[in-house]
Amino acid sequence: MKILVCISQTPDTTAKISFTPDGASFNPAGVQFIMNPYDEWYALVRACEIREAGGGTVVALNVGPAANEVTIRKALAIGADEAVRIDADPSSAAFVAKQVAEYAKAENFDLIFLGKETIDYNGSEVGAMVAEHLDLPYISNASQLHLNGNAATLERDIEGGVEVLEVALPLVLSAAKGMAEQRIPNMRGIMMARSKPLKVVPPVALDEPVKTIGFTLPPAKAGVRLVDPEQMDELVRLLHEEAKVI
Amino acid sequence: MVLVYAESPGGQFKKSAFEAVTYGKKVAGLLGTSCVAVVLGANASGAGELGRYGASRVVQVADAALDHFDSQVYAAVLSAAARELQAGVLILNHTSGGKSIAGRLAVRLQAGLVSGVNGLPVASGTELRVKKSVFSGKAVAEYAIVSPVKILSLTGNAVRPEAMGQPVAVEPLAVPVPAARVSVKSVKTIEGRVPLPEAEVVVSAGRGMKDPANWGIVEDLAAALEATTACSRPVADSEWRPHHEHVGQTGIAIRPNLYIAIGISGAIQHLAGVNNSKVIVVINKDPEAPFFKAADYGVVGDLFDVVPRLTEAVRKFKAAH
Repeated sequence: MKILVCISQTPDTTAKISFTPDGASFNPAGVQFIMNPYDEWYALVRACEIREAGGGTVVALNVGPAANEVTIRKALAIGADEAVRIDADPSSAAFVAKQVAEYAKAENFDLIFLGKETIDYNGSEVGAMVAEHLDLPYISNASQLHLNGNAATLERDIEGGVEVLEVALPLVLSAAKGMAEQRIPNMRGIMMARSKPLKVVPPVALDEPVKTIGFTLPPAKAGVRLVDPEQMDELVRLLHEEAKVI
Repeated sequence: MVLVYAESPGGQFKKSAFEAVTYGKKVAGLLGTSCVAVVLGANASGAGELGRYGASRVVQVADAALDHFDSQVYAAVLSAAARELQAGVLILNHTSGGKSIAGRLAVRLQAGLVSGVNGLPVASGTELRVKKSVFSGKAVAEYAIVSPVKILSLTGNAVRPEAMGQPVAVEPLAVPVPAARVSVKSVKTIEGRVPLPEAEVVVSAGRGMKDPANWGIVEDLAAALEATTACSRPVADSEWRPHHEHVGQTGIAIRPNLYIAIGISGAIQHLAGVNNSKVIVVINKDPEAPFFKAADYGVVGDLFDVVPRLTEAVRKFKAAH
């Protein structure tokens, strides 16, 4: 079984988000970066479990600059066997998907994992793009994956329920909560990660169909209006007359 | 022309489809063109009603093979429809279905995609500029789609369905439907109220409830408001409540008109899933709870007193209106 896990690097969930003074790009100063939680907790861990059960190779792939190698080494410490870094700024979903597909097309992976979204740009776009580039089935928001030889059974979270699916490998899937449990890398994993192969690959060019104009912070909340706990009729009145939500 | 994919999971049009058509009609208005809705599947009935929300034409690929969802098949059919009808802008919902196909369509049609938009775009020459919420609601990004074909996927509850027309006759559309590779074995639906991503009013509770046996007061308030119930992560992780109720960064991100948070402190990971709610009410006995900073209305008090009192006030209000 050959498994690719696409990992993104994102600001920590508690990071204060700010932008350059011209608003053109994210300001990384003072920000702690982490592996995107969906990629780490669910996609990567499930990939490692499958390899542990049935053998094979787990390759972690990141599109990013050399500074991302800290995050990539963490993926190796958690259990990926080898890693690939596409040496480019991950400027858009279309660009990242193109890089992943370009690398994957010659490698014949049985499974290509991603997280269900990244917690920075929240697009949920890359998985479907990779699947289309490679002409493979795509299961998004998968909360379960079980393999029986070449046949995969999955559960996919949909609005108000769950779809149970069957599909033959190879396939692309995005992982959601339920797929696996978070693993903390142990000392042995961290030591081994240092000597695992990390290949750096040049990017392929893409004519970007979407350009980023810039970023703004949302308008600050006006501040909470406190209502006396004895005055719940007043709260209902405010929700009806002022907020107009009931 | 603006082409809207009006989704009909299980053969039913839901609010998401009406939101997408309403949005499509408004985008078409901005661009001085028409809005056409495309419907997939043989069992989607009542498609002509989409005309009410502004579709001047409704076309249906009424092939029974489309009654089960496979992103690969849907993307092939939708891109064929977009080419056939010469769509300049394609609109989908940012739902489980839309997320599975939007990226595929972008590749197939060599189109720029901005997913999860919550407002109308602005036309600038041949570009379309549009904003979306990023960093889990902590910032807003503006993008310019520069490709000839443009795709937008619309966040749920961002646009209110509006009646802007009359029902129309549904026109059949014949495009090739490839064989599915994914087979849907079953669909397990969660019984009860409106699914969380679609809910307009959500009543959510956290560890302040102390015990799962205490949830009756939350259920009562939700019933009085015709709301959907939700919970914080610690509550789902302790299995006090089912996982499908977990809202927040790792759970479901929601955008209701009204979010009532009961006994939830407001950790940043929780806020990331709910901070796009239009109005937030926080009930907590701790006046220092961080959630109050993100709230529009707050009640500092013991939830076991406050919540039943609020339920009573809501019932009185509903009876009078």
